[in-house]
Amino acid sequence: MNIIVCVKNVPFTQEVDLALDGSKRDIRKEMLAYVINEWDNYAIEEAIRLKEQFNGNVTAVTLGKEADEEVLRRCLAMGADQAVRIEPGALQADAFMTAAILATALKTMPHDLVLTGVQTDDLNHGMVGTLIAERLGLAHAAVVNSLKPADNKARITIELEGGQDEVAMIHLPALLTIQTGINEPRYVSIMGIRKAAKKELKVIKVEELGVSADDLVPRTIIEEMYLPPETEGAEMLQGDAAAVADEIIRIIKEKGVSL
Amino acid sequence: MAEILVLAEHRNGELREITLQMLSKAAELCQKHSLELSVVVLGAQTEGLVPILAERAKRVIVYHDERLKNFNVDLYKETLADLIGERKPLLTLIGHTPWGMDLAPALAIKTGFPLATDCVDILLDAGKPKVVRQIYSGKIYTRVAFKESPSYLITMRGGAFSAEKTVSFQAEIVKHELPASLPALRKEFVEFQETSKGAVDICQAEMLVSIGRGVGEAEKVGILQDLAKSMGCVLSCSRPVVDKNWLPKCHQVGTSGKSVKPKVYLALGISGAFQHVAGISGAGTVIAVNKDKKAPIFRVADYGVVGDLFQVVEALKSKLGK
Repeated sequence: MNIIVCVKNVPFTQEVDLALDGSKRDIRKEMLAYVINEWDNYAIEEAIRLKEQFNGNVTAVTLGKEADEEVLRRCLAMGADQAVRIEPGALQADAFMTAAILATALKTMPHDLVLTGVQTDDLNHGMVGTLIAERLGLAHAAVVNSLKPADNKARITIELEGGQDEVAMIHLPALLTIQTGINEPRYVSIMGIRKAAKKELKVIKVEELGVSADDLVPRTIIEEMYLPPETEGAEMLQGDAAAVADEIIRIIKEKGVSL
Repeated sequence: MAEILVLAEHRNGELREITLQMLSKAAELCQKHSLELSVVVLGAQTEGLVPILAERAKRVIVYHDERLKNFNVDLYKETLADLIGERKPLLTLIGHTPWGMDLAPALAIKTGFPLATDCVDILLDAGKPKVVRQIYSGKIYTRVAFKESPSYLITMRGGAFSAEKTVSFQAEIVKHELPASLPALRKEFVEFQETSKGAVDICQAEMLVSIGRGVGEAEKVGILQDLAKSMGCVLSCSRPVVDKNWLPKCHQVGTSGKSVKPKVYLALGISGAFQHVAGISGAGTVIAVNKDKKAPIFRVADYGVVGDLFQVVEALKSKLGK
């Protein structure tokens, strides 16, 4: 079984103050650490588990700069067989262009299954996976939280809202966007990343792919980024832990809950 | 007259709340910008849905067919691409739900119209749509314009708008037939599964101690379980806690878990992703403790504490123990 996983290196923004850059169309990224997009971490883990169970080959693909190879090395250390980085050059790709570029690259790579994360931590479009599937003519499903291949199909569950899942059979080849929690991604050690350095990491430039000119025109344009509007928000409780605890207990009792 | 077209989403014979939210926003835009509001529904049991939709739009377009018994992206795509291609509504609104996320990009490729996803607001500026999106976990907002097109596709975030009816309509009901040639289906529906069943009922609790990613590790969940016990209340959690298997799914609050309505909701180490916040809109008082003073939870909480949750928990325990 040939599995391709599309991954992205994204800024880590939990417990980090974000600031806008001078253009007000992007955030300042120079001080931010980068990590594998959380959803993609589950997608690559799922691919490697399938390979371990059914044999096959896993390729990790990213559209990104040289520094983003870090995310591919990590995938290789987890157990991917090879990796491909597509160098965007000066191109600023929106979700539509990203999908067009990835789909063009995937055309020449054998695949029974393509996995992506449901969305990314940074711009959270949640559309790149499905756009790729449509361009490649693959069957697809979004927000998949379990996956079991059976012959030329896979039994999947799709996480709907409100505590219900949809169970479905999907024909292969297919593209599935993977939800967090589908598995427990393995730990990646520095040693593991070093060992995986010998594995193949191929670099292709966007212009070598032959993506059509129209597909390299953005469909959406970020006019402005801004910080969330000020709202009244929470009344902040001040003081040391003991003082705060007293206040919390007082509020809870005031709201009619007996402790 | 230019039109806004809303796709009705429904499951098990009931409209999803997102449908009414989109209709509400669409009605407001139509009134302000002299547009017509149409809603399209596809299904095998549309009888119960049409009367509700008829009060909310000028036109209800109905595809009633046994083959539409379950959501199927191949069928929806062919049918709606035909409809959108023919009507060219200025905007087509689809819910940013698992089904909407599967369908909207497929329509964007099939029709060639541009798509913006997970939008929390829509603006019309001299007839040109712009959308507002939240990015970087809600820490940044962005206003997005489109490449010029005769028609635009937008998916809308659940909970971004009230579902309330502000404009009354008496719709014209228009029945449509499925396109003559339909593709072979590549996905077959098997069944729905309930995922939140479990020993714990967080929905009826008077008070919840709720934990998030900030708890840090599985070993520390016990400390919070003890706190919940000493407060005589139930432990709930946000999605990352379930993803990491620290607690079973029946504890999860949010769009993919449960909606709760306790008198007091004590959120410990929960950043406040919108999917989580959507599940606590019925809570009386929200008290949040988080290390990150910019965490979105403080925007919805009534009371906030910036600091280490375990220090607060230890102080609470020692005071309650007395």
